[in-house]
Amino acid sequence: MKPARDPLLPRFARQHLLGIDGLSPHEIEDLLDRAEAHVEVGRQVRKKLDTLSGRTQINLFFEASTRTQSSFELAGKRLGADVLNMQVASSSVKKGETLIDTAVTLNAMRPDIIVVRHHAAGAVALLAQKVGCSVVNAGDGAHEHPTQALLDALTIRRHKGKIARLTVAICGDVLHSRVARSNILLLTALGARVRLVGPTTLVPGAFRDLGIEVTTDMRAGLKDADIVMMLRLQRERMQGSFVPSVREYFRYWGLDAEKLGYAKPDALVMHPGPMNRGVEIDPAVADGPQSLIREQVEMGVAVRMAVLEAVSEALPNL
Amino acid sequence: MPTDNPSGLRPLKIDNARLVDPSRGLDTRGAVLVVDGRIVAAGPEAVAIAGPEGTERIDAGGAVIAPGLVDMRVFVGEPGFDYRETFASASRAAAAGGITTIVTMPDTDPVIDEPALVDFVLRRARDTATVRVHPMAALTKGQQGREMTEFGLLQEAGAVAFASGRTAVSHAQVMRRALTYARDFGALVIHHAEDPDLAGDGVMNAGAVATLLGLKGVPAEAETIMLARDLRLARLAGGRYHAALLSAAESVELMRWAKSLGIPATAGVSVAHLSLNENDIGAYRTFFKMSPPLRAETDRLALVEGLADGTIDVVVSGHDPQDVETKRQPFAEAADGCIGLETLLSAGLRLVHDGRVSLSRLIDAMSTRPAALLGLPSGTLQPGAAADLVLIDLDTPWVYDEATILSRCHNTAFEGARFSGRAVKTWVGGRLVFGG
Repeated sequence: MKPARDPLLPRFARQHLLGIDGLSPHEIEDLLDRAEAHVEVGRQVRKKLDTLSGRTQINLFFEASTRTQSSFELAGKRLGADVLNMQVASSSVKKGETLIDTAVTLNAMRPDIIVVRHHAAGAVALLAQKVGCSVVNAGDGAHEHPTQALLDALTIRRHKGKIARLTVAICGDVLHSRVARSNILLLTALGARVRLVGPTTLVPGAFRDLGIEVTTDMRAGLKDADIVMMLRLQRERMQGSFVPSVREYFRYWGLDAEKLGYAKPDALVMHPGPMNRGVEIDPAVADGPQSLIREQVEMGVAVRMAVLEAVSEALPNL
Repeated sequence: MPTDNPSGLRPLKIDNARLVDPSRGLDTRGAVLVVDGRIVAAGPEAVAIAGPEGTERIDAGGAVIAPGLVDMRVFVGEPGFDYRETFASASRAAAAGGITTIVTMPDTDPVIDEPALVDFVLRRARDTATVRVHPMAALTKGQQGREMTEFGLLQEAGAVAFASGRTAVSHAQVMRRALTYARDFGALVIHHAEDPDLAGDGVMNAGAVATLLGLKGVPAEAETIMLARDLRLARLAGGRYHAALLSAAESVELMRWAKSLGIPATAGVSVAHLSLNENDIGAYRTFFKMSPPLRAETDRLALVEGLADGTIDVVVSGHDPQDVETKRQPFAEAADGCIGLETLLSAGLRLVHDGRVSLSRLIDAMSTRPAALLGLPSGTLQPGAAADLVLIDLDTPWVYDEATILSRCHNTAFEGARFSGRAVKTWVGGRLVFGG
């Protein structure tokens, strides 16, 4: 266990969590420390706290996601909040109209926290301008997915004891991945060395302009890596549009035991899920001894509890 | 002297002005005399002419008198989108920006692809507008990019050019035929040079900024590949071609190449692309979403240089009113475009104050050159011409405040911008339409 946090260090004291971008390392570490405490809560029989007792949390998902939504739901319930799940089919009305209209309507019901997932980058920040409560980004387009990056960081920290100076290889479809963007921001903010690995159609060279190492070769990319983070490749992108076929992709960029061998012997494997076994990752690796994939899910609930708790502290206590 | 003044307008003499008239290569101290809505004299020689009895006299105090601006890319909502902008509201905004002629885009509902619709626009404008309005017609029927419109009949009805509007004609043979047929009528073909396949569903400049924002990018090659094709087709067909809006540095190089070969091609740029770059998008500010997209600072500087040396012929506002419905959206789902009539001149003057573009080149690009391309008799202070004039104070500081916007829509990329210099008075045909 880490020693208690120095009370003089800045803490996370924002009303919204819209992204990792703009957070200081101290704010990130504060959230991770809070989450660490909640890991223990989740392992007790009695998992319920009353931090958010009386508060209303709405999970507003414009894009279906069973995992993230249930993780936020559990997190809110363990903190004692009343949680309401709302699925908004993005095709039902004119897209953006739904977003603003829904935001205004929901706001009138006086929720305390809205957790939002939306298919358009920037949509969560736009919604946050329209409401008086806290807003937590549960993924906006290909922009950010901050709680995923936080849970990844927590998982890494618990195993490696630190983030700074670790080498992290993020592999696969970086182009369409909000998970990758949030992770790049968070890991570099905490001093890790980040490499991106994948075909150039999926790993735009523009990341190089941002000072990140980019390579197309798994052997070079995984060399001396402490962490190998695989990304999900959407099915519609595997059949000729970005890569020619599943088998070609797996041959060159799928993580199997041989490719994992390029990394450090104690390297750990992560995946934000849901996995495509046999596409980006070999089942033997996914379920093997170096895999942290199941643990990531557990950390997800703890991190989301930490975030919900932190943003609610910035709400007026009327 | 009522006999030679059928318009009933009081004669006007503006003294002590700096006259900038690119049509005559003039930038000099002098005076302007206007009788019956027409310029009688403009130059140093006019100082000594007293004018008829009862002439109204204005002391310009050394401020600039220039031909009123001719903005050749203006979206007005009539017909179909009156709630966004009418000829009345657009002309108020134009007059306040020193613009005396607006050339309207055919992207209305319905699309202006029939002579009767050109006639409708002209009649609506006659009845409601205070500045001159000249419609452009669609280049292809229904702006579908397949069949060319009736260039001859539309021209007779009053269409001054044929524009593809917000869309591109991706079919090379269609473009080739249009340029060939246009030649027979001396018609000007205006194209939105952007390859729709390469642009894909991109929403801003491709590059590091888009990558970080998680937005899909439009590479500069979407423009340069289409422009390179068009310039070769213009050479092949011999028709007059105008690239509506350039956004990329390499496009300026292509225009330089085309002009060096004598290809009948010209190009425009919006004042937004001369003033702003992709970084202005910041946190998904949709008022900075436009097509072509704002690009990198190096592109902006190349556009400014191209304007200064005449490679880029024309500067437009690209005035495109969009309301809350279409702009208050996630960035990728918001409409393109920003308003610009009120800020065209002042934003352009920034380049003059920075010493990058001469005042006379700026006035040329905003008035004389577009008038010449479209065959309009404006853009000049030549005696005999209609008195479309703007009085410009080059140094007056002002802030473009959202509360004062005259356009029906407020989607400006210059909200809160600080400017030096603006139109103080605007006359159309000798009639004061702004600054009374």
